[in-house]
Amino acid sequence: MSVLEIKDLHVNVETDQGAKKILRGVDLTINEGEIHAVMGPNGSGKSTLAYTIAGHPKYHVEGGSILLDGVEVLDMSVDERARAGLFLAMQYPVEIPGVTNTNFLRTAKTAIEGEAPSIRHWIKDVRTAMDALRMDPSFAERNVNEGFSGGEKKRNEILQLELLKPKFAVLDETDSGLDVDALKIVSEGVNRAKANTGLGIVLITHYTRILRYIEPNFVHVFVNGRIAEQGGRELADRLEDEGYDRFLTGANVG
Amino acid sequence: MPSSDAPAASLVSPEQHGLKKHSDGGWGLAPVQTRSARFASFEHSDFPVITGREAVWKLSPIAKFADLLDGELDGSAFPYTATDAAGVSISWIDRTDPRIGTAGKPEERASANAWTSFEKALLIRITGEDATEVTVLRDALGTAARAAHIVIEAAPFSNARIVLDNTGDARIVENVEIIVGESANLSMITVQQWNDGAVHLANHFSRVGRDAKLKHIVVSLGGSVVRLNPTTHLAESGADVEAYGLYFADAGQHLEQQVYVHHEAPHTRSRVNYKGALQGEGARTVWIGDVLIGQQATGTDSYEQNRNLVLSEGTRADSIPNLEIETGDIAGAGHASATGRFDDEQLFYLQSRGIPEEEARRLVVRGFLSEIVQQIGSAPLEERLQAVLEAELVGTAL
Ligand SMILES: Nc1ncnc2c1ncn2[C@@H]1O[C@H](COP(=O)(O)OP(=O)(O)OP(=O)(O)O)[C@@H](O)[C@H]1O
Ligand SMILES: [Mg+2]
Repeated sequence: MSVLEIKDLHVNVETDQGAKKILRGVDLTINEGEIHAVMGPNGSGKSTLAYTIAGHPKYHVEGGSILLDGVEVLDMSVDERARAGLFLAMQYPVEIPGVTNTNFLRTAKTAIEGEAPSIRHWIKDVRTAMDALRMDPSFAERNVNEGFSGGEKKRNEILQLELLKPKFAVLDETDSGLDVDALKIVSEGVNRAKANTGLGIVLITHYTRILRYIEPNFVHVFVNGRIAEQGGRELADRLEDEGYDRFLTGANVG
Repeated sequence: MPSSDAPAASLVSPEQHGLKKHSDGGWGLAPVQTRSARFASFEHSDFPVITGREAVWKLSPIAKFADLLDGELDGSAFPYTATDAAGVSISWIDRTDPRIGTAGKPEERASANAWTSFEKALLIRITGEDATEVTVLRDALGTAARAAHIVIEAAPFSNARIVLDNTGDARIVENVEIIVGESANLSMITVQQWNDGAVHLANHFSRVGRDAKLKHIVVSLGGSVVRLNPTTHLAESGADVEAYGLYFADAGQHLEQQVYVHHEAPHTRSRVNYKGALQGEGARTVWIGDVLIGQQATGTDSYEQNRNLVLSEGTRADSIPNLEIETGDIAGAGHASATGRFDDEQLFYLQSRGIPEEEARRLVVRGFLSEIVQQIGSAPLEERLQAVLEAELVGTAL
């Protein structure tokens, strides 16, 4: 039974004006197979939390810890974290000119497994996963995310999620920019990954519509660098009706 | 970066990386005269002695090749071997051949020294209309100072890829005239993979005719100094040039290219894209890109760019685009230039998928340069160059 524990996490971001405090004591525990939705206003620090878990060098941890099955993640390099079983589906996936998706996927899979996947199975796995995500086969030969539409980039993130089979994934606004059909397709991909591997998920979103397809076990309201309230599915509906006003009194936004 | 309105960062923009060292957009070097008004002559003695302060020489290590600028040069026929292909003939022609001087005229003293000194010119004449490929290999030029002259003549409607493959020792200054006839389609790829001590100064002069297409690719990898300056005159309506360059400078190496595209006729198109990598103490690259859109060149479509990827400390890349437009009626003109280190966002993305840092760097560099390699269109040569680049990268202290 895997568990990811975030404890009293304090994080600064490097800015041109110096360090800026973003996360102010985040506590969150995700067990294997659980889905935690995180909702909150723009600038509240959701992506900062996501990038900090993944180990982005711009974010400096000032206090707290992140434990994966009891092991300190903060001591690991970015690639070590991925090999330990963490995955971040990015809000803005990066384009890598000159590197084909196939080459990238195979290199990543090899790095994570510690050995090259058997060619025949791998090709089949990639094709099956792309089919399921309704990605045209041409995306395999295109350069990573280069010239992909917003929605296509998000599908490509979920393709990686399905193929790399992490223990825990943070999905940062994977639903934004998707039309209804794409939203369904991507959600099915996430649900498949969870069913196949017992993936635990942190689902960052602004909208309840994705929660129609991906059923959360918990909903957290993220305000001003920390979790302000948690509840079940009904909390998301309430947020959609009422907005974040009742959490924002006195908090400085953005 | 993860702010809500920033798109994925693009590769190596100087603002983003705060590199001070490079001289991107050295507008101080903008020509005081229109580019086409430069003095030109076939006579070495018509040019003043080079001081090293001239705009065309100030970024070059002239002390390393004084003999080529002013010395006596061996202008006899040079050794080469060539592959056979239908529709292509190769022969030596006299200085007096009427084709000589139709595409180019020296604009500096070294080029004029070569012109004054060559005895015979190598003519590569393409007449076949079915796509064909020829490789001319020069691997035995030796270490004595030489002058050379090459004429590549693509007859109207002909279609070919010419690879000029340069290896071994060399100490050479030369002019290459490329005459692209009406509706011809010519790819000219010149590969400089010289031995470490080699010095190679070259001017390529292309004249592209009506509705003709030239793809010109410069690949400079080996040699102490390689300074290869391609000029293209889009002389008749519908002429098109794609000029690509790929260079990888190691410690102590000087790789330079001054690219000039002159849009003379209406509805001409140019694309210039040079990419370079630098690694090691004293690795030095220069790219100057002049584009002149003349008064007659209405409906012109032009874009030039240069990108450099800095892989270690102690390198210097100069990147200087100049765009002059003499007509108001153009379809488009633009330029871009950037020199920077690895894009941290790309590295982060690859690492976040489990790929170790070194391997991620290698993927990014290979990806950065392969955009140009892919333009070559000859699978064996592309593979060979990928392997050479791979070897350069493995040597990198990443
Ligand atoms: N690299 C950076 N430089 C400067 N400020 C930053 C940087 N990264 C994040 N911030 C700031 O940190 C705060 C939190 O940003 P973050 O991206 O984590 O918010 P978010 O909750 O994901 O917002 P959104 O819903 O808009 O995606 C914002 O005020 C943002 O401007
Ligand atoms: Mg965000």
